[in-house]
Amino acid sequence: MKKKLLYFVTLITIILSSCSKNDDPAPDFEEANLAPFSIEFDNIVGDRTFSINNTGSLYTNAAGEKFSISMLQYFISNIKVTTASGKTYTVPQDESYFLINGADRNTRFTKVQVPEGDYTKVTFTLGVDSLRSTMDLSKRTGVLDPAAGGGHDSGGMYWGWNSGYIFFKFEGNSNVISDDVNGDPTGKKQFKYHIGGFGGYSAPTINNIKVITIDLNAAGIAKVRKDRQSNVHLFVDMMKVFNGPNAFSIAAHPNVMFSDYSVNVAKNLAQLFTHDHTEN
Amino acid sequence: MNKKHFIVLFCLGLFIIACKKSSPIVEEIETFLGFQKPANFPATAYNFASNPVTKDGFELGRMLFYEPRLSRNNTITCGSCHIQSSAFTQHGHDVSHGIDDRLGTRNSPPIMNLAWSKAFNWGGGVYDLDTQPIIPITTHEEMDENLENVYNKLRAMPKYTSKFKAAFGTEEINTANFMKALSQFMVMCISSNAKYDKVMRKEGGVSFTAEELEGYTLFKDKCSSCHTEPLFTDGSFRNNGLGISPVNDKGLYTATLIETDKYKFKVPSLRNLKYTAPYMHDGRFLTLNGVLEHYNSEVQATPNLDPLLSGNRLGISLTANEKTKISAFLNTLNDEDFIKNPLLAEQ
Repeated sequence: MKKKLLYFVTLITIILSSCSKNDDPAPDFEEANLAPFSIEFDNIVGDRTFSINNTGSLYTNAAGEKFSISMLQYFISNIKVTTASGKTYTVPQDESYFLINGADRNTRFTKVQVPEGDYTKVTFTLGVDSLRSTMDLSKRTGVLDPAAGGGHDSGGMYWGWNSGYIFFKFEGNSNVISDDVNGDPTGKKQFKYHIGGFGGYSAPTINNIKVITIDLNAAGIAKVRKDRQSNVHLFVDMMKVFNGPNAFSIAAHPNVMFSDYSVNVAKNLAQLFTHDHTEN
Repeated sequence: MNKKHFIVLFCLGLFIIACKKSSPIVEEIETFLGFQKPANFPATAYNFASNPVTKDGFELGRMLFYEPRLSRNNTITCGSCHIQSSAFTQHGHDVSHGIDDRLGTRNSPPIMNLAWSKAFNWGGGVYDLDTQPIIPITTHEEMDENLENVYNKLRAMPKYTSKFKAAFGTEEINTANFMKALSQFMVMCISSNAKYDKVMRKEGGVSFTAEELEGYTLFKDKCSSCHTEPLFTDGSFRNNGLGISPVNDKGLYTATLIETDKYKFKVPSLRNLKYTAPYMHDGRFLTLNGVLEHYNSEVQATPNLDPLLSGNRLGISLTANEKTKISAFLNTLNDEDFIKNPLLAEQ
């Protein structure tokens, strides 16, 4: 009898505790009650995984051009989360700049702290906001240090001559690129997309900052709790650089840097992100 | 007391006064005064609140300014293209002559009165003096180095780690400290002791000659709307009607991509012209006379030509006589104290 009761109590306890886990009511939203949260920027290329220097197994864009990728780096900044009831929390700006490097899988998480709660939307910036782009150098450290990554010809993400960051740097090779001045005169068949432009210092210039909001309802909301690591897993599809709303061919535009055409490419960049699932 | 005694006493008195006067001057040289705005200059543009000039910071900036390790192969310093005796330009070079004998596309501009400058480079693009040195250090034709390499070279030198500690309270060499030290040196490169300044400040009874005064009047009539006193630039970007150069340098447009910025370049100061030839963004004029004749007869109606140069006629009419007088006035803007100031020289 005693043994039976014990079983019964245990069973009830298990059921109750599993129930409570399933319900898991959202804690009261308190700004000081911080817990770990991350967004994962998982780079993909169309139907395939992302790999650097994939010269043995080329990707093919919608224009039928085969290409390999040699570099991918982009800034993610100004992360904000929103609950179903519309409460928002913006991560303190000083802790909200990340450089995702396609060659280094460890850089794919933007790990921050947000209040415990259930979030149905995440918002972030692809690029670096204009305020930070013009801030005192002592406020631009880590990935924002103009010295980081070497010069802008290598892994650097800063343009000294126009005082701005390169938001998105994507390089690779394709045989469709001509060897003349309209392509790559060095004969290396290289494409380079260095997209930046924070809107200008004194007069308005091109602004390629993209603020992106992802609705999490369909693929899983983020339940942020102290004892867990809630992670919003996004796919970032590099194929859409070429195949987005402003589709273009590598042969026609093998180099896009600080130019009016960069605005078209930047519009494609806003479409790279899709929510695959959330790990709570 | 007879007359002789009086004269002796008088002479003794003179000596005493002379002695008294000399001792505070010696002290003054020994005390670092920091940044001091000349009485006849306007408010500064540089953000001194985030980078106050200190003796150690200034001295560190000066060490860095003359440090060849800022370049890839340790051959070029900032002072290579910004030579003090040429008022911190590269006299005699139309375009800057950098590492491995590479040539740039623009004339080396003076490091002068930059605390009043809101935009940098002939073609703009930089609006904070602290971020300006990134360009020459990393440019292929100039120093061709990357910043992290520079810091690593300096980190290995105790004279730098100790100086950074003295200036910023930390031995750490990072972008902010490095750039701020250079800024502290550069903002101290103040040229404000030309004859013009002394006349304006009414110092020591200095006055213009009749020819200089006539030149000044002509200057105010024909030149001063862009070359505004007392800095002799309004800091704006304008197209002054130069024929388009063989390299088709589009000036400010390169940094903004705004069509109306094409062929606009920063209005340069007219101070120290005696030491800074050749002139214009690409150093195309070897003499001042060449510049004045450009305004008189060679202005071309290229896109975005400044409206001040395209009234009833292109350019600004200048007779030979007027050019002589204007040149006489411009000569009063040469500041020998500036090019000889031992504080600004390589130590």
